[in-house]
Amino acid sequence: MADAARNAEVAQPQQYQASQLTWDKIADSKEFQDLMATKKTFIVPAFIFFVVYYFALPVLVGYAPQFMSIKVWYVNLAYLFALSQFFVAWLIAGLYVRAANIFDRLAKDILNKAEDAKGGK
Amino acid sequence: MNIPLTMFLVFIAITLFITYWASKRSAGASAYFAASRQIKGWQNGIAVAGDYMSAASFLGIAGIIAFQGYDGFLFSVGWLVAYLTVLLVIAEPLRNAGKYTMADVLAYRLKPRPVRAMASLSTLTVSTFYMIAQMVGAGTLVKLLLGGMVTYNQAVIGVGLLMIVYVVFGGMLATTWVQIIKAILLMSGTFLLSILVMAHFHFSFAQFFAAISQVTYHDAKGAVVVKDFLQPGLRYKPPYGPLDLISLGLALIFGTAGLPHILVRFYTVPDAKTARHSVVWAMVLIGSFYIMTTFLGFGAATIVGPDFIKTHGGTNMSAPLLANALAGSIFFAFISAIAFATILAVVAGLTISATTSFSHDFWTNVIHNGVERKPGEEVMVARISAFVVGAVAIALAIVLQTANVAFLVALAFAVAASANLPVIVMSIFWRRFNTVGAVAGLAVGLLASIGLILVSPSVMGIDPPSVTGAARHIIQAKAWFPLENPGILSIPLGFIGAILGTLLSREPSSQDKFNELLVRSNTGLGAEKATAH
Repeated sequence: MADAARNAEVAQPQQYQASQLTWDKIADSKEFQDLMATKKTFIVPAFIFFVVYYFALPVLVGYAPQFMSIKVWYVNLAYLFALSQFFVAWLIAGLYVRAANIFDRLAKDILNKAEDAKGGK
Repeated sequence: MNIPLTMFLVFIAITLFITYWASKRSAGASAYFAASRQIKGWQNGIAVAGDYMSAASFLGIAGIIAFQGYDGFLFSVGWLVAYLTVLLVIAEPLRNAGKYTMADVLAYRLKPRPVRAMASLSTLTVSTFYMIAQMVGAGTLVKLLLGGMVTYNQAVIGVGLLMIVYVVFGGMLATTWVQIIKAILLMSGTFLLSILVMAHFHFSFAQFFAAISQVTYHDAKGAVVVKDFLQPGLRYKPPYGPLDLISLGLALIFGTAGLPHILVRFYTVPDAKTARHSVVWAMVLIGSFYIMTTFLGFGAATIVGPDFIKTHGGTNMSAPLLANALAGSIFFAFISAIAFATILAVVAGLTISATTSFSHDFWTNVIHNGVERKPGEEVMVARISAFVVGAVAIALAIVLQTANVAFLVALAFAVAASANLPVIVMSIFWRRFNTVGAVAGLAVGLLASIGLILVSPSVMGIDPPSVTGAARHIIQAKAWFPLENPGILSIPLGFIGAILGTLLSREPSSQDKFNELLVRSNTGLGAEKATAH
């Protein structure tokens, strides 16, 4: 008995629990479908773009070394292209954070509705 | 008193004080495993960067650039870009749906016991490989850096004991702060070195790149060679070089998002938004650091020269030797102490992710069906397993002291990319995915990457009798697989394993619970909250 009491004390804060029906209802709701669609329109193109842009580097350096050795400024194409990868990665990260603010807003509506339906719990 | 030793001791004193401070705040599972989920976004960003910038990057990449020029810089690029996968695909869903480990997310809608057992095995494999590489490096380096004042074995035992103390007493909170301090030291040391390199060239990029275009050294036969180090192809030569480069890129892009010691960090912050911001912080730091490897690596090649480095400790000593050449012995001591701090912090990070996985996934959830038999058992088991992990790491590092272990880091990334990532992605995104698929994906990815590395040129090769010690290949025979990095084959195999396993079995319950995981991971509904100290 004492053990059980102590167990209850150290237990994690109660996680949000709901029936499968509730989860299905949220997943099928217009708000959630909107959130997923908005996420997809940013994340899928962004992911494809960075993978293509990144793998262009080893492919060009590996299979067209002569071309990549062309001198530009004090350096060469290969170095500039490699350096550009850092800035492109930062740019995509920055754009994602901006887009994610919209995701957060959409998610908040869903959260509020779900908590309301539970009666504040 | 010896200056490097003094600086080492100062760092150790500071970290032990942090551990003492953290030990009073590490009661309870959420506090011990996840620092009560109260780490701030920028703090976690620095800690993620710290966990990632191991000695392999600080000393290793500087060395590769110093000897093989531009091709070494390609490593730097991949190590940063890989974080886009973490940011866009993994960090937020993981924080939203999990508790302490990646297996929490996998087990959500699948049968927990087989999935957690396999995930724990793969986590322990990645951590162990990574750790052996770090420990063997630590022994060699500390010996060199302290100028022969300690032996290899003493260095390894010292590092092992310190890491046990951090993890056993300080938990995730101490490990995080040790990591933050080390990352700040590493960034400032690298920045100072870069400024000094440019000062050497009178802050003229024209002079700097002119020097890089004619690095002079002696080749293996003793002839004088003058090479343009900005030219690609010094390391990755045809016929298989380009393919190896692509394979390495795949392992980095998909492996980083599957590294257990990086993933556990996202559980230390209050919510998914903070996890997102911490990835961005980490990307700023990691990117700046890897851009500066230009100055470290090429600086060592031009100012110190490959000939001198080769006779004064080898490739890994490039950055410390550069510091010595530019600003004398005190700066050498400072850079050496940073290298030491880096190793210590990374092994501590690896240990805590391994022990978390063992106690939370394996002990509590696989063996005891998800129930703690008495309160605090999970944390106690983690503390005991930290002793075991530490002892095993020390023993292996001593046994493998003369073996060539550099490939172990590549192997860790390959396993993370081929076993962990496919399964995490599918459990979040594929409704049909099920238990057999997860177990098959993990098993195939794990076996394929280990198997292919064993028959790759990293392990197999024929050396003349004059080659001894760490430079000698472990298996003296012609390599069966031509690439050093197995990613290009093992990653697709991991995905195929997961897909086939799923399609060949039926498990309606995993599909029923998909909506729950989908909603939880995308909205943060019911995500674990921060707890009070």
